Amino acid sequence: MNPQTKKTPMSPLTPEDPLYSIASFCEAQLLLRQELPLTDKNFEELQLMNYLQETPGIEESFTGYVCKRCGNRKNHWFGKIPQKPSPIVYCRKCIEMGRVSSFEALYRWTGPQTQSPRIENPCHWDGRLTKFQRNCSQRILEAMTTREPLLVWAVCGAGKTEMLFEGLTAAISRGDRICLATPRADVVRELVPRFHRAFPEVTISALYGGSEEKMEGAQFIIATTHQLLRYEEAFDVMIIDEVDAFPYHADQSLSFASERARKPSSSLVYLTATPRKWLKWKAKLKLIPTVFVPARYHGYPLPTPRFVSTYRLSKTLEKDILPPSIRSWIQGKTKQQRRFLLFTPTIEIAHKLAKITKIECVDAKDPDRIDKINRYRNGERNALITTTILERGVTFPSIDVAVIDAGHKVFDEAALVQIAGRAGRNADDPDGDVIFFHQGRTNAIIGAKKMISMMNRLARRK
Amino acid sequence: MFCLWCHEEIIPDITWKNVFQFFGKDRKLCEDCQQKLPYIEGPVCPTCSKPTEHGEVCRDCRTWTSHPTLGESLIQNVSVFSYTPFMKDIMAKWKYRGDYELVNMFKAGMEKRFKDNFHKQVLTLVPIPLSKTREQERGFNQAEALAGLLGLPMIHALARVRNEKQAKKSRAERLQSKNPFQLKHRMDTPVLLIDDLYTTGTTLHWAAFLLKSAGCPKVYSFTLIRS
Ligand SMILES: [Zn+2]
Ligand SMILES: [Zn+2]
Ligand SMILES: [Zn+2]
Repeated sequence: MNPQTKKTPMSPLTPEDPLYSIASFCEAQLLLRQELPLTDKNFEELQLMNYLQETPGIEESFTGYVCKRCGNRKNHWFGKIPQKPSPIVYCRKCIEMGRVSSFEALYRWTGPQTQSPRIENPCHWDGRLTKFQRNCSQRILEAMTTREPLLVWAVCGAGKTEMLFEGLTAAISRGDRICLATPRADVVRELVPRFHRAFPEVTISALYGGSEEKMEGAQFIIATTHQLLRYEEAFDVMIIDEVDAFPYHADQSLSFASERARKPSSSLVYLTATPRKWLKWKAKLKLIPTVFVPARYHGYPLPTPRFVSTYRLSKTLEKDILPPSIRSWIQGKTKQQRRFLLFTPTIEIAHKLAKITKIECVDAKDPDRIDKINRYRNGERNALITTTILERGVTFPSIDVAVIDAGHKVFDEAALVQIAGRAGRNADDPDGDVIFFHQGRTNAIIGAKKMISMMNRLARRK
Repeated sequence: MFCLWCHEEIIPDITWKNVFQFFGKDRKLCEDCQQKLPYIEGPVCPTCSKPTEHGEVCRDCRTWTSHPTLGESLIQNVSVFSYTPFMKDIMAKWKYRGDYELVNMFKAGMEKRFKDNFHKQVLTLVPIPLSKTREQERGFNQAEALAGLLGLPMIHALARVRNEKQAKKSRAERLQSKNPFQLKHRMDTPVLLIDDLYTTGTTLHWAAFLLKSAGCPKVYSFTLIRS
């Protein structure tokens, strides 16, 4: 088979075409045989027609193996299944998406493509943007139109979803394919209904581990980053939400995936409230165009954290005793009937605290996690103890937050800024109490306060 | 080294005590995951390894003894782990996702249990076969992979008759269904059947029955999990 046949100029398929359904299902993706909804007969026919191209799942180079789906090159991430005459080599890194191996190839659609419908005036949102939001919205629109990259540095609670609407409206009326990638499934679930309400005629597909929903040829995909691993040159507009939450440096396969999933000429928009060092540097050196949104959508400043030094905090907790400063904070909140979140660095401390205070706790491994969060959200519970899983993305309208042992290494600067950003999200109650109980101020604690103060200063100045 | 299950880096804590041991056999799991493996301890049914209060014979086994055809065929089943949610996750990834390498998670447990129960006997390992299609899909047979951990002579003495959908049948139906195996090799020395799960024991009893009726003197079974 000729590898040059990858992109054949052909007129786009219309929905009446018998090939439309399969083309829209698998175009711009790398799929396993079992992911293709095809009988053996149809599968062979499409291969003979050169509409379906087989590509090896694992390639061997002189430095070792490469997984063609997730980009993995690390030797310890490859497994071997003994088999005669030679073992099957498979990728352990992306195996949750189905096994790619030296015997299980990937397939890409090389037949005629489909075209997303061009919808005029798709946006039905009728809210108003603030001055800061309008400026940012304009920059996003320009970047999406000119296919430029853009970093949107917007504080927690800036209303970034709404700032995307203008740019997306233009993209949809051009017939662009759009992807919004976010690190967590919780965020996908929270965003999808909001975009559905804003763009009711647009086909939006939510993809995350465990979601079986896969719409043929959805124009707009909202996905966790792992789901991007199936795509290749698929999107005209790529939005990466909470870019700092991706362990990019630790996990290169995600940046590999987001690069491969977008078209060579496409717009890349990063959204973050707490950019990591490398991105801050890029912004500072003007290597990436950047727009700041220092104010929250309601115009009130971000709550500034208070620090309370708590001597022998972890030792005291270990003895099942609540340090007095924490106890009196909790009692005070209960008396004032304020709702609050208590963040702990580890699951063990979360459980310990729950035992002492009789407050419910959640962690990433908790099977009742979604129920517990809902009970807190709908007011059945006034307090919740949580690990960093609720640090970002999730919004509760009117709460106070405390961080227990804020100097612990899991609380880096970004995490602390994000946690502080959970408070005061509501326009009717914009001041929240944010308190860090610590056993010595770390750079992260000081840095977090600095960052919040800086954003508040910028918001006042403009 | 990275933990085979959670991929956490394993930083060996080398002291004079374990320095030899460490270089002798490399660790596959981090401390946490190792701890979570549900190695069966305490009193169990002497016939099938199911945990029982005082180590008495369990109800399943009393039922088996009175089975008219299969009752006497299998002498004893020994299992290594119980079927906890953690174990279920591992099995799902190992068997259904096809992450073959995970078999090495079980090596230490399999070896220890084997040594404690069967070291005095000379046994030939016979893995329970998979159907051809299933084995091709998966790329491996899990029973054979487990048997391979023990480093003993192994003979593929059995084959599947046809693809039986065992899971969908009730216990009574399963008991009545015909023998799912056919004999490929007669065995005239004692056999240790190897499989991943002992649930009702039907599969293993049928296999044992077939081997014994063809002249095999003794049949035991060794399974990864007693569920
Ligand atoms: Zn891979
Ligand atoms: Zn581990
Ligand atoms: Zn028993």
